[in-house]
Amino acid sequence: MAGKAAIRKKKKWSAEDKIFNVIVYIIFGLFTFLCFYPFYYLIICTISNTQLVDMGRIILWPRDIHFNNYFEIFKVQNLGRSALISIVRTLVGTSSTLLASAYMAYFFTKENMWGRKFWYRLTVVTMYFSAGMIPNYLNNQMLGLTNTFWIYIIPGLISVYNMILIKTSIESMPAELEESAFLDGAGYLRRFVNIVLPLQKPILATVALFSAVGHWNDFFTTKLYITNTKLYTLQYLLYELLSQIQAASQQIQYETGAQMASNSITPTGIRLTLTAVVTIPIMIVYPFIQKYYVKGIMIGAVKG
Amino acid sequence: MKNKAAVKKRKKWNDFKVFLYLLPVLLIVILFNYVPLWGWSFAFFQYKPGRALADSAFVGLDNFKALFGNAVMRKNLFRVLTNTFGIHLLGYIFTPFPMIFAILLSEVRGSKFKKIVQTITTLPNFISWVILFSLATSLFGSTGLINTIFKELGAEGQVVTFLTSNNHVWLAQVLLQQWKGLGWSSIIYFAAIAGLDQQLYEAAMVDGAGRWKRIWYITIPQLIPTYFVLLIMSIGNFLNTGVDQYLAFGNALNKASIEVLDLYVYNLGVGSGQISFSIAVGMMKSLVAFVLFFLANTISKKIRGTSVF
Repeated sequence: MAGKAAIRKKKKWSAEDKIFNVIVYIIFGLFTFLCFYPFYYLIICTISNTQLVDMGRIILWPRDIHFNNYFEIFKVQNLGRSALISIVRTLVGTSSTLLASAYMAYFFTKENMWGRKFWYRLTVVTMYFSAGMIPNYLNNQMLGLTNTFWIYIIPGLISVYNMILIKTSIESMPAELEESAFLDGAGYLRRFVNIVLPLQKPILATVALFSAVGHWNDFFTTKLYITNTKLYTLQYLLYELLSQIQAASQQIQYETGAQMASNSITPTGIRLTLTAVVTIPIMIVYPFIQKYYVKGIMIGAVKG
Repeated sequence: MKNKAAVKKRKKWNDFKVFLYLLPVLLIVILFNYVPLWGWSFAFFQYKPGRALADSAFVGLDNFKALFGNAVMRKNLFRVLTNTFGIHLLGYIFTPFPMIFAILLSEVRGSKFKKIVQTITTLPNFISWVILFSLATSLFGSTGLINTIFKELGAEGQVVTFLTSNNHVWLAQVLLQQWKGLGWSSIIYFAAIAGLDQQLYEAAMVDGAGRWKRIWYITIPQLIPTYFVLLIMSIGNFLNTGVDQYLAFGNALNKASIEVLDLYVYNLGVGSGQISFSIAVGMMKSLVAFVLFFLANTISKKIRGTSVF
């Protein structure tokens, strides 16, 4: 890359180059704006006067800035509890899937394992083959996982894709590192915990962040398996709210809206603020993800 | 001689011991991926929720026959398959875009501009479809920004029914997918471009090749294999559309065009409690999907020499 840049610098910009640059800047500027604006619009709406938002007056910058929405939102039933469920689920789910997937990956790198090839294929095929949504449901019901917190954690304990990523990374580690520990008399588990895990921090971080985003964003598990409102996640709460608003607007205009308005913020205000509350954590962890994801996707590309 | 046999035996035990370590996690994989296959037996009964399978009538292949024989069922299945294929095929038109995105952006000189573009365009990939729906409602909904502005401008007739009409549903959903995934999908091409041999470019420049020529004759030919591998592997997932997007964006008004196979299985099984039918549909889907995956894998093996297994 450096060589290419140096050679180009020597040359004067040709007309072709100039036109090219202008066009590319415009195209990417537009697309980037399209990706950025909805998030920006969301945030400025939540801190602007809601009446002005409903009148379409808030377009480029916030007006009558206030943060009431973020206080009022706590009046939404179950919000605190759902937030807690979402957070605990993300933490517990991410750490357990990370540990279990890494554990599996480590033992799959042991080429002398009895029947290794068969077990590996048996595991990898599950990425492409599934019994289906309803059979999975019946199975989880039989296991007593429906309407429990554990439905969020246990079925997803092994993520095969993440397992492959970690396995590829472990395989690229010099074998001598493990060997010396082996000669010191360390067993498999000791070597896994003391040598492999610490050395695999970069890939584990990548996988952890992907998995955390997945846990945080999931709403379908709740929709399919949970009827107990105490176990709702934030995403599902937002989903429910959106379906209610949609159903209401299709029947009589804002029947439930009037009811919500007594909370002193409008349905739009509630919806936007809840959306922001669900989105902001992603935006906060995003810079950290960005540092790692390129690496993750490259390892994935090599394999898959 | 005896010693050798003992060593062999110990090695065998050691190999087995490694397997025993794996066993607990392997059992989890089996429990949540293979054990559910017993649910397929429901497809051969007339099962109603709340009853035991033993109390349900065994109907053999009747459920499968009804899927094709019953006019309403057949019509629904046909509609749902048309939606699944339509959305996917329309999506294929956009598959070269991530490559073009990466090529053009890596030609840009300002590294700060490049970084900002990459950061912002990748962000939507990490947002759930529910949030995306909420954002879309704010912008395109009946009381959303665009319609409000139209109203303010006095163009009452010009209502944008992006979310609540049965027209252009496929295109709308594909465009949303593109908005969400374009930046993300291009990363793999950035990685590929970074790995290209710079000497080729230098040689081409000495020969007087302009920017377009270098892109056309050097960059693109080297990225095409990556493009095709990704395309082939996506065939393996042709029927697996997932439900998140369509569940979030689906409503009574656009149901006819947005209901894809996965969503149909959900609606049939959970919505209307036709467990046996929905499992029959799901079974056929799983089998076809597996054949497609196998096909894609074989093609990839032939062309690239590597495969998933």
